[in-house]
Amino acid sequence: MSHQVRIPDTAQPVKFEAWKRFFSPANRYLSPLLITLVLLVGQLSYGILESYTRTLLAIGVSLVAELILARIFFGHWPNLASAYITGISVGILVRSPAFWPYALCALISITSKYVLRVHGRHIWNPSNFGISVLFFLASGAVAGLSIQWGNFVWPMIVIWVLGSVIIWRLRRFHISATYVVSFLAFAFLRSWITGDPWQSEISPITGPMYQLFIFFMITDPKTTVRSKTGQCLVVFAVAAVEMLLRLHQVVYAPFYALFLVGPAAMLLEMWKDSRRARLLVAHA
Amino acid sequence: MKANLGARILLAFFFVGLLATPLVISKISARREEAQAKLDESQALARYGFHLQEVSQQAGVRFIHQAPTLDAKLAGIMPEVSSMGASVSIVDFDRDGWPDMYLTNSATGSQNHLYRNMHDGTFQDVAGQMGLADVNQAGTGVSMGAVWGDYDNDGYEDLFLIKWGKPELFHNDQGRGFTRVTEASGLPPWINANTAVWFDYDGDGLLDLFVGGYYSEKLDLWHLNTTRMMPESFEYAKNGGRKFLFHNLGHGRFEEVSEKAGIKSNRWALAASTADLRGTGHPDLFIANDYGVSELFLNEGGHFHEAGEATGVGFAPKSGMNVAYGDILNQGKYAIYVSNISQDGVLIQGNNLWVPREGEASLKYENLARDMGVELGGWSFGAQFGDLNNDGNLDLYLTNGYISLSRTKSYWYDFSRVAGGNSKIIADAADWPAFDGRSLSGYQQKKVWINDGAAKFIDVAQAVGATDTYDGRSVALGDLWNRGVLDVLVANQRGPLLIYRNTVNPENQWVEFALEGAKSNRSAIGAQVTLYWNGRQQVQQVSGGSGFAAQNDRRLHFGLGKNAQIEKALIRWPSGKVQVVENLVPGKFYNVREAE
Repeated sequence: MSHQVRIPDTAQPVKFEAWKRFFSPANRYLSPLLITLVLLVGQLSYGILESYTRTLLAIGVSLVAELILARIFFGHWPNLASAYITGISVGILVRSPAFWPYALCALISITSKYVLRVHGRHIWNPSNFGISVLFFLASGAVAGLSIQWGNFVWPMIVIWVLGSVIIWRLRRFHISATYVVSFLAFAFLRSWITGDPWQSEISPITGPMYQLFIFFMITDPKTTVRSKTGQCLVVFAVAAVEMLLRLHQVVYAPFYALFLVGPAAMLLEMWKDSRRARLLVAHA
Repeated sequence: MKANLGARILLAFFFVGLLATPLVISKISARREEAQAKLDESQALARYGFHLQEVSQQAGVRFIHQAPTLDAKLAGIMPEVSSMGASVSIVDFDRDGWPDMYLTNSATGSQNHLYRNMHDGTFQDVAGQMGLADVNQAGTGVSMGAVWGDYDNDGYEDLFLIKWGKPELFHNDQGRGFTRVTEASGLPPWINANTAVWFDYDGDGLLDLFVGGYYSEKLDLWHLNTTRMMPESFEYAKNGGRKFLFHNLGHGRFEEVSEKAGIKSNRWALAASTADLRGTGHPDLFIANDYGVSELFLNEGGHFHEAGEATGVGFAPKSGMNVAYGDILNQGKYAIYVSNISQDGVLIQGNNLWVPREGEASLKYENLARDMGVELGGWSFGAQFGDLNNDGNLDLYLTNGYISLSRTKSYWYDFSRVAGGNSKIIADAADWPAFDGRSLSGYQQKKVWINDGAAKFIDVAQAVGATDTYDGRSVALGDLWNRGVLDVLVANQRGPLLIYRNTVNPENQWVEFALEGAKSNRSAIGAQVTLYWNGRQQVQQVSGGSGFAAQNDRRLHFGLGKNAQIEKALIRWPSGKVQVVENLVPGKFYNVREAE
């Protein structure tokens, strides 16, 4: 048996470390990069956007609103990564020939973070709040993204794989995975209940709207509960509520389900925290 | 939160204001619609200059369209896959100077109708005696539309019958009957088409024919081997029917030359029409595709290149269902109207009004449908431009409504979840939930948009009497009773043919032209008339098919407004000849033959 002598390669670990740092949860720009990539691939390949100008309007309004409101209410200039994701989500998910819904939705989304707060935390995912409100109140002027990104399965697989890797590095893969498994289970249950083809029940999750929902909305660290089990239970509950809404033929069921379940879970966690704190004080 | 209480209260008010904004906007638009209440004839005449009255029964036209019933494998979604076929085309087949009309039917064994104008306000169906009725026999497919053109230049308009099935060509035997000449013409055995247009693409004086396939021509929709026959995508589908360009060789023979001429596409064509969009003297071809982008084939003198994306009309994929040209700004240039789908809360594609950009080196269009007010028309189908109130500006009539069944249950939820899915799912009819009697954008109100002459259109449909809610498909305009006004014909799927008789404020004047080619094709299809009056101008063309499965009267109708002084009419014939007609007076019909 011969011994191989390895010459230490100093360049390799440095490079690996750099990549590791890049793909670490500490990198706040990973999610914005992924969503930008998704947007560019979708738009350059298939022209998914209503228009560049509308999407830029949503992003611009989000960023400006965040800058102003954070300065006024927190007294500092904020990191804009989260506002950027909100703007780009609005720019992709909202479909309207008019401009005003993009600006309004972005503004409602960002403002909600500063108005709808409990114990110093905002309880709704901003873009989920803005989009749900707009779909509910402005149905005559707005629709959701309800189309494919091209005809081919490969772009979809690439986005799923890339999204999964990044979400895994951000330590939130369990949230997306639990939701997908729950959605599929409920889809087959719905098919059994309604008698509709199972393909039509799983069809929505094969579209891009769900990719954005799964990777960027339900995984938002600011509006998810802390424990891993809790996070899984919450998205299971989202999928369950979504199933009920789908049985009533609600087109935007996933957004409304998250709108209902997300804040309820946050409030429950806060209540449990305060009870625990009270008990600790009592014990002390 | 560092900010003081006052700032937080202000922000809360601002937030409530934001939430209230959509409600305020919808209230304002609801008020606008209410203001457009029904008016009686005298009120409509006073306010808008015209009034429409539905007179099909009085005119003796009692036609109800019957939809096709395709292969039983498609039973669950039959309302959707058999949702087209009602069409109307206007033609003076017997050359008596009075427009007649041809209506298609689409059930196997059903009869098409050719209504002869009896000159007394009524029509009589003569399809049977003319040999144009029994054209939907089992095994031959069913009718989807009809376009008329004098392919042999004998002075009488011949008929090309668009079908899901065997396309048919009928020769007009001097208005006394029609002879089926399909076999000798060289047409293929089967095309599942919804659109066709006559035009002389190579300027040889003989009318050629474009036919746009919808379903693949490989499918016999009554005997399917597979249920994988739906579009592979809601917006990027390329598995539709192929395109055909039949070059007229003379003597009733045609040669298929689409690939040689540069027209190659398997998108799902629903409407096509031609016009000389660049002033080259060569007619260009615009195709509105369902499930995808529109295509614009620019004609470089007998050879085409696709310029949809380059010109701006072919980037955003929608559900194109109509192509109509109109000089809406009276600038001597055509805008193009393409209808799409808009359904509150589910899908807002918006219709397209493609207006040529000024000052561009090459042809570029911008969509001004929203700015001009003709964007939202429900599940829009056929539309045509025409001056309905004779004020000198082209108005727009749009019909709509897809499937009207249950008044309380909608198929939209099921439609949206499958349409957004992967191609493997959407392409298979077996994956689509059953309709079960539900509606899909049914019972919709029509749009009659009048052009205010200042780049705005206003919907006056309810006010002027266009109040039906049938599933409209095809619209054709023509002066049915030679009164100097445009009447409106609407073919409805599984519904009656509607004749809206127009009454126009008599102070508004008009002039009409019937053109006949000499060196050019005798139908004068492709000829353009630019009329100059009172310092204004407007261009119109003779079309070999426009709108959705429709053809307007070949006579060109110009509204002139009050106190009109006509300077001249400049006619550009397809042969390239330019003819100037002067000493024209309002209120007259002019027959103009191409100068030899």
